[in-house]
Amino acid sequence: MTSPALALFLREWRIARRIGGGASIGAVFFLILVTIMPFALGPDMILLAKLGPAILWIAALLATLLGLDRLFQGDSDDGSLDVLVNSALPLEIVVLVKCAAHWASSTLPLICVSPLFGLMLAMDARPLALVAATLLAGTPALTMIGAIGAALTVSLRRGGLLMAVLVLPLAIPVLIFGVSAASAASGGASPFVTPFLMLCAISLFAIAGAPFAAAAAIRHVRE
Amino acid sequence: MRLGAQKIALERGGRRLFSGLSFQVGAGEALVAVGPNGAGKSSLLRAIAGFLPLSEGSLVLQGGDAEASLGEQAHCVGHADALKGALTAGENLEFWAGVLGGDPRRGAWLPALGRLGLAHVADFPVRALSAGQQRRVALARLLVARRPLWLLDEPTTALDAAAQSLFAGVMREHLEAGGLIIAATHAPLGVAARTLELGPGEGTAGSSPPS
Repeated sequence: MTSPALALFLREWRIARRIGGGASIGAVFFLILVTIMPFALGPDMILLAKLGPAILWIAALLATLLGLDRLFQGDSDDGSLDVLVNSALPLEIVVLVKCAAHWASSTLPLICVSPLFGLMLAMDARPLALVAATLLAGTPALTMIGAIGAALTVSLRRGGLLMAVLVLPLAIPVLIFGVSAASAASGGASPFVTPFLMLCAISLFAIAGAPFAAAAAIRHVRE
Repeated sequence: MRLGAQKIALERGGRRLFSGLSFQVGAGEALVAVGPNGAGKSSLLRAIAGFLPLSEGSLVLQGGDAEASLGEQAHCVGHADALKGALTAGENLEFWAGVLGGDPRRGAWLPALGRLGLAHVADFPVRALSAGQQRRVALARLLVARRPLWLLDEPTTALDAAAQSLFAGVMREHLEAGGLIIAATHAPLGVAARTLELGPGEGTAGSSPPS
């Protein structure tokens, strides 16, 4: 089973890295969102530093969801999903591997550049590192929850908005714990460790549970 | 190995496509489903592949792998080519070989592509190929992993005469090796096959769902 899973991961990775694959779209969207914030909020350095973790988290949330609506739709449109359903891999593993490839190709670069973008928000070194750590712990949950939405809207031509409506409420706990852990570093009220561990727990729970939900949704929608 | 259908019935969108359909396909046999548009040819293939639930009846593959579902022992080539335009023909086949349980090693798919006369385009992105060439790459998928049952929906669409006879040879080899083929086509398949007449579709243009 490792070899089929590896073949699928490699294919998703290659598609994402090719021109038009969309791996860099998330990072570019992230950059745009973070860049316009100081223009909207004004040049108040203290305010920016205080809001920095929240801005970075909201930008990461939206950037992650941006590319996810096509997660299964491309394969559904060109018939690949039919073949994948009858492949050597269970559909749950297909979902998990596609999510892993999506996360590695489009969300991981975003996390890597997030400290750089945090500088634009006048954040210090320690908060920057901790925001990156919370993103690393929390974004897998966003990808997995997004996959459920992508699976539910796989047969809809313009499912992107519906997917966001379905998924964003479920992403709120991730956002709450992510921002509270991140802002602990920059003088927030709560300690860092407790919300961070909650964030890790949500991610692990999503990784374990979401593939079953998404696979069930795909099976149901296709009938 | 023998695929048997016992009084199967199929519905799409509340419309009964056919009912009480029974047939047998043995090893080395080809069956061609014929009928007007909307008669349910494609739906029959999709039901055998496990994509659509049967309303009645049963499908049994005797002598197959008891662990695997019917769809997992079948190759299904439908209207869509299931190819990624951004990847090269070789990368597409390497991927299918990997996930369909074939030989995933680099270059193991080359004979399959060569068999369909496309070895020279292995390194071109699929979106740069013509419709007929894309179709042949999709058909090469049948050869990268061995599965006994081939479900072919209009397999020769966009193929020129030379490619059609090439593919007929591929199908003949599959049958001689004890494989099964069920096809839905309006054009002659190119191999000896029994025909399965599906009833006239109730709807004409406008009311018939895409078959």
